[in-house]
Amino acid sequence: MSYAFSIEPILDNWEIFAQGAAMTLLLTALGAVTGVAAGILGAVSRAWRLPVLSPFYAVYVECVRNTPFLVQLYFIFFGLPSLGVKLSGWEASFLAMALNLGAYSTEIIRAGVMAVPRGQIEAAESLAMDRWQIFRFVILRPALKTVWPALCSQIIIVMLGSSVCSQVAAQELTYAANLIQSRTFRAFEIYFFSTLLYLGLAILVRRFLKAFGRRIIDGRTA
Amino acid sequence: MPLVLAEGIQKNFGSLEVLKGVDLRVEEGEVVAIIGRSGSGKSTLLRIINGLETFDAGILSIDGERRTGLEKDLRPLRLKVGMVFQQFNLFPHLTAGENVMLAPREVKKLSQRAVRELAEETLSKVGLADKFKAYPDQLSGGQQQRVAIARALAMRPKALLCDEITSALDPELVGEVLDVVQRLAAEGMTLIMVTHEMRFARNVGNKLIFMHQGKVHEEGDPRELFAHPKTPELASFTSAIQ
Amino acid sequence: MISFSLWDIVRHLCVGAAWTAGLSLVAFALGGAAGLGVLFARISPRRRLSAPAKAYIEFFQDTPLLMQLFLIFFGFGLLGLDISPLLTAAIGLTLFTSAYLAEIWRGCVEAIPKGQWEASDCLAMSSLQRMRFVILPQALRTAIPPTVGFSVQVVKGTAVTSIIGFMEITKTGSMIANATFKPLLVYALAAVFYFIICFPLSALARRVERRLHAACAR
Ligand SMILES: Nc1ncnc2c1ncn2[C@@H]1O[C@H](COP(=O)(O)OP(=O)(O)O)[C@@H](O)[C@H]1O
Ligand SMILES: [Mg+2]
Repeated sequence: MSYAFSIEPILDNWEIFAQGAAMTLLLTALGAVTGVAAGILGAVSRAWRLPVLSPFYAVYVECVRNTPFLVQLYFIFFGLPSLGVKLSGWEASFLAMALNLGAYSTEIIRAGVMAVPRGQIEAAESLAMDRWQIFRFVILRPALKTVWPALCSQIIIVMLGSSVCSQVAAQELTYAANLIQSRTFRAFEIYFFSTLLYLGLAILVRRFLKAFGRRIIDGRTA
Repeated sequence: MPLVLAEGIQKNFGSLEVLKGVDLRVEEGEVVAIIGRSGSGKSTLLRIINGLETFDAGILSIDGERRTGLEKDLRPLRLKVGMVFQQFNLFPHLTAGENVMLAPREVKKLSQRAVRELAEETLSKVGLADKFKAYPDQLSGGQQQRVAIARALAMRPKALLCDEITSALDPELVGEVLDVVQRLAAEGMTLIMVTHEMRFARNVGNKLIFMHQGKVHEEGDPRELFAHPKTPELASFTSAIQ
Repeated sequence: MISFSLWDIVRHLCVGAAWTAGLSLVAFALGGAAGLGVLFARISPRRRLSAPAKAYIEFFQDTPLLMQLFLIFFGFGLLGLDISPLLTAAIGLTLFTSAYLAEIWRGCVEAIPKGQWEASDCLAMSSLQRMRFVILPQALRTAIPPTVGFSVQVVKGTAVTSIIGFMEITKTGSMIANATFKPLLVYALAAVFYFIICFPLSALARRVERRLHAACAR
């Protein structure tokens, strides 16, 4: 076999890789914050059966969870312009990621809300707290704490899933890899290295989220 | 030759010294009751005897065979020593009869007919001949524990280890399980049982072991020890329990 | 421009859906079988088996499916073998599925209470007998809901294979969208096709889950 593995195309293009990885992280961060916020609202709506919001979320969750992310992305990027909503590649990617995570985190956080013991809520009621106070101070933290590992996994899944955003010209890591590949024709090396980068990002983000969970949600530093 | 012989057994969990040199001698046919406060190491001792835990120092021999505590294959040991747990640990996906038949069939390779007879025999010995086809969740706690005893007996062990086998039961169900154990004792079964049933320990046991802080603090004839405890620890333990 | 009636679009998507379903079935069946092997390696007390299995699972769970497909496609290319999109998709999704299922099943096996393992040990069972007669029969029951649930992820995962040119629903949709200039309609229809496949699976997963809970509460 005459093929020799070569790292030159990687070294020569490290800046493009770095920019791509940064974009992937940025998309993930924005998508995660928006998605989890949407999920918290969804979890409350579903758990308390709020009018309008609860049925809306029920339909939204089923639609998102039973269709592929790529089709959601295409629908937003290619489809919505016919309705006059024209989004750039990265805007469409961000929206698709947030919507996707919003649906999954609704279900995940709802399970956490349901798992808060009845006695906790009764104790708060007996202290004359209202519904929102109970949710904010008594339910939310323990609920997030219980489901944080599941939520972290879902955020990682969304980050890895964002590699298809290259298809709508969002300039994330896979887009960078495709670009370099088209210039150097060293497909295997490029994609192998990108895969390792994704692996590194996944490990990094998981670490960060774990620490974040301990500090912020758990409220502990030790 | 004693069936179980332990000398200077030590066991640590990390930095926690759980057993600090335990000596134990159990002859064939003896009924040994082990009592002591929670955390004194009673369960750990039983679990070491049948290899569920390793030990860090000391000598242990079962039925004349010296144990290193590091054996890979503990099955020869397990064929000699049966165990009944506080939480029964019946297999929930199998009926009472299947629970009893499984190991004799698969481990001892007995024929289907032989294991069936064996199961019927041991189940009727614990008074549950009619529950052969019942699943564990259809039985009361007392019945489940009796099935667990039958399951252990069906392996024809030389000794039976019982770790607080009535502690998870409602008070009105304790009697039926103790009756079964008493009958086994009368038949000459070697029993080592950790128990909080002081009356049972006094009336059925041949020997009483009082464990305290990881050591055998006092041992001897049950009636004698209960009547005249030699150490203040045993005295305060028995008075606290009664 | 070729003119497509609504019926034409649906007809083409139906063909794509058949490929999606077929690929999903193959990946799920082969991935399940391979996953069982990975599971046994993963829970083995021997590190020589469990460590590679752990790495295998982590690799597939921590990298994008798209990259896995690229690596297979271009990896075969390196060896001088031309590999079709279909074969790439089938291999990629099978490996992906095997890693996820092995991890799901490991959770079920490790959730079997310690007392069950110890009781089997005390009856002198070998580890194989313990697995076969005590642990797996119980783990199988709890494994059904998440396994059915994961089948939805496999179906959705097949959409990624459109990027390497496999003509399933999404790829068919893209081509029709380009030809008809009706992306909103076409992608909405494509989503409906996925929904028709996935929703019953999701609903089934929920149902078996509820039934399992009811059985446990008995
Ligand atoms: N697997 C274990 N890991 C760490 N500590 C343990 C373990 N098992 C028992 N211990 C500790 O060993 C001590 C003795 O436990 P045990 O033998 O169960 O006592 P007993 O049965 O007399 O109540 C306790 O302090 C207990 O917390
Ligand atoms: Mg104990």
